[in-house]
Amino acid sequence: METLTANMSSANESVSSVPTEQSKNKKSGSDRFRKHSNLPGNESANGLPPKKRGGVLRSIAQQKYLYLMSLPFVIWLFVFNYLPLWGWTMAFQNYKPAKSFSEQKWVGFDNFVKLFHDDQFYLVLRNTLAMSVLGLIFGFIVPIVFAILLNELRGMAFKRVTQTVSYLPHFVSWVVVAGIISNLLSIDGVINQILVHLHIISEPIQFMAKGNWFWGIVTASDVWKETGWNAIIYLAAITGIDKELYEASRVDGAGRFRQIWNITLPGIRSTIMVLFIMSIGHLLSIGFEKQMLLGNSLVTDYSQVLDLYALNYGIKIAHFSYGTAISMFNSVISIILLFTVNGLFKKFAKESIM
Amino acid sequence: MASSKAFNATKGERAFDVVNYIILGLVLVITLYPFLNVLAISLNDSTDTVRGGIYIWPREFTWENYKTIFGYTSLIQGFKISILRTVIGTLLGLLSSSMLAFTLSRPDFRSRKFVSVFLAMTMYFSGGMVPVYILMRDLHLLGTFSVYILPGMVSAFNVFVIRSFIDGLPYALQESAKLDGANDFVIYYKIILPLCKPVLATIALFLAVGQWNSWFDTYLYNGNKASLTTLQYELMKILDSTQQGSAMTNANDLANQMANVSPESIKMAITIVVTLPILIVYPFLQKYFVGGMTLGAVKA
Repeated sequence: METLTANMSSANESVSSVPTEQSKNKKSGSDRFRKHSNLPGNESANGLPPKKRGGVLRSIAQQKYLYLMSLPFVIWLFVFNYLPLWGWTMAFQNYKPAKSFSEQKWVGFDNFVKLFHDDQFYLVLRNTLAMSVLGLIFGFIVPIVFAILLNELRGMAFKRVTQTVSYLPHFVSWVVVAGIISNLLSIDGVINQILVHLHIISEPIQFMAKGNWFWGIVTASDVWKETGWNAIIYLAAITGIDKELYEASRVDGAGRFRQIWNITLPGIRSTIMVLFIMSIGHLLSIGFEKQMLLGNSLVTDYSQVLDLYALNYGIKIAHFSYGTAISMFNSVISIILLFTVNGLFKKFAKESIM
Repeated sequence: MASSKAFNATKGERAFDVVNYIILGLVLVITLYPFLNVLAISLNDSTDTVRGGIYIWPREFTWENYKTIFGYTSLIQGFKISILRTVIGTLLGLLSSSMLAFTLSRPDFRSRKFVSVFLAMTMYFSGGMVPVYILMRDLHLLGTFSVYILPGMVSAFNVFVIRSFIDGLPYALQESAKLDGANDFVIYYKIILPLCKPVLATIALFLAVGQWNSWFDTYLYNGNKASLTTLQYELMKILDSTQQGSAMTNANDLANQMANVSPESIKMAITIVVTLPILIVYPFLQKYFVGGMTLGAVKA
C-alpha cells in the first residue's frame, strides 16, 4: 500500500511536471499547490526517490485536503456515537452527577441485579417483545404483499398514483399520526361510527383507553405509516427480475399466482433475507415514539417499553445508573441478536449483511 | 381443449385484476382518508364539531380555527425554531455527509478503510438514551439550539448513499481536474457537488423531514426552554393535554385560550399547519427520493 501510493504520487508529479503548452496558467497554479502541499516530499520533486521513512507523512501531506474533509467528522463520530459507550461505565457505578469520574462509587453488577429483580422490568420486556414481534410480522409481510400487488397492476397511471400516495404517511411525524389515530378512534370518531352503523358493535368502544387494544393499535398505525415506504426496496428488487421469465411461464400456462410464487418471490429472496436480518437486529430497539405518543395513563401496563422505562427511571427521576443499565441491556441484546441471526443466515442460507 | 384452458386463464386473470384493483383502491382510501377527515374538522365551526359526524366535508365552513391558532405566541415561536432548525440542520447535514462521502469514494485515500468501518459501526449499536443524555449535559448542550443540529449531523446511511452515487461518476473527471492543478477540495466543490445534485436532493429531503418532524429532542433537552420550543413539541403538548382529559396540566396559557372553543377543531387545525409544509414540497421531491432509497438499499 505504501509503495503503491508513493508510486502513484510520483507518477502524478511526473505527469504534471511535463510542460503542456495549452495550460501555462493552470500549470503554474498547480506548481503553487504542489509547493504548498508537498512540504516533506520536496526531494522527490527534484527527481530523487522518496525516503522510506517519509512515505507515510508524505502521502498524508499530499492528501491533506482529504484528511481535512474527513478527520473532523471522524472526531465528531467519536464524540457523538462512541463516547456514549463510555457512559456504560455508569451502569456499574452509583453515579452522582455532581462528582467526577474518579470519585464515583463502583457497585459492580448491583444495578443489573436490581433490574432483573424488578417485576416491572419483565412487564416492560413483555410489551417490547410483543410489539416488536407484531411489528416484525406485519411490518415485514404487508410491504412485500403490497409491492407484489402493485407490480401486478396493469394500469400505469393508477399504479403511480397509488405508489406516490402510499409513501406520504412516512413523511408525517409520529406526533401528527398519533393525533390522527386518536381522532379516528375516539368515541365519536369515524371508526366507531362505521362499526355502529354496520351493527358490528352496539355501542362505541373506547379504543385508546383499553390496554388490550394497545398493541394492535400501535402495530396498525405502524403499518399504515410505513408500508408504502418499506415497499420501495421490494419494488426495486422486482424491477430487477428478468421479464423473459414471466413470458416463458405464461407460455407454459402459469397463472398469476404461480408467477408470483415461482418467479417474483424467489427473485426478491435475497432482499427479503437481508431486510429480515436487519429487522431482527432491531427487535428490541423498536423506538418509543409511538408508544409514548399513543399511550396514556390508562394503558401503561401495555404501552411501557424498554426505552420509555429507561426514560422514566433514568432521566425523569435521575436514577442515571439504573437507566444506563436498562439501555445497556437493550443495546447488548440487540447486538447479540444481530450477530446470531447474521451468522445463522450466513451458514444456512448463504446470505448476510456483514 | 387448449382454447378452453386459455379462456379459463384469461377469466382467472380478469378476476385477479379486479380483486387487485379493489384491494389497492382500498389502500388508497385508507391512506388518504384520515388526512381529509382532519382537514374537514379543522375547517368546521368548532362548536359544531362537538356534534360529531364530520367525514370528508365541513358542515359549517369557517377559517376561525386557523385565525385562533395564529394568535398563540408559543406556536409562532415554535414555527420559527422549526424552520430555523430545518434550514440549518439540512445545510450542515448535506455539507458534512457529502464531504465525508467524497473522501470515502476516493480509492487513493489512505485512511479510507478505517473511516468506512468507523462510520459503518455506528449503524449497529447505540449508547442508549441515558448515556447520550449525560453526554449532552457534559457537553453543555442542554438548553441550546445546537442540540437540535449537532447530534444527528452525520448519519452513516446518508453518507453511504451519497458515496455510492459518487462511485457511479466517471473517475476520469477527477483525474483530469487534478492534472489541471485542482486540489481535492476544489475537486469536491467544483466538480463533485454540482454532479451530485440528484442524490443531494434526496438526502436534503430526508434531513429536512427529520428535522421538521422531530419533537423528542425538544422534549428531552429543551422541555423547559420556551424560546427553543418547536412546532411538533407544541402540537404534542396540546394533543397530550386534551387527550388525557386534564387540559390544565401542561399548556396553561393554551388551555385558557382554548376554553371557549372546541379543542378538536383547533387540534386538527394545528395538525394541518404542522403537516402542510411537507404536503407542499412532497410532490416536487418525490421523484428524487425513490431513486435515493433504492441506491442506498442496493449498496448497503
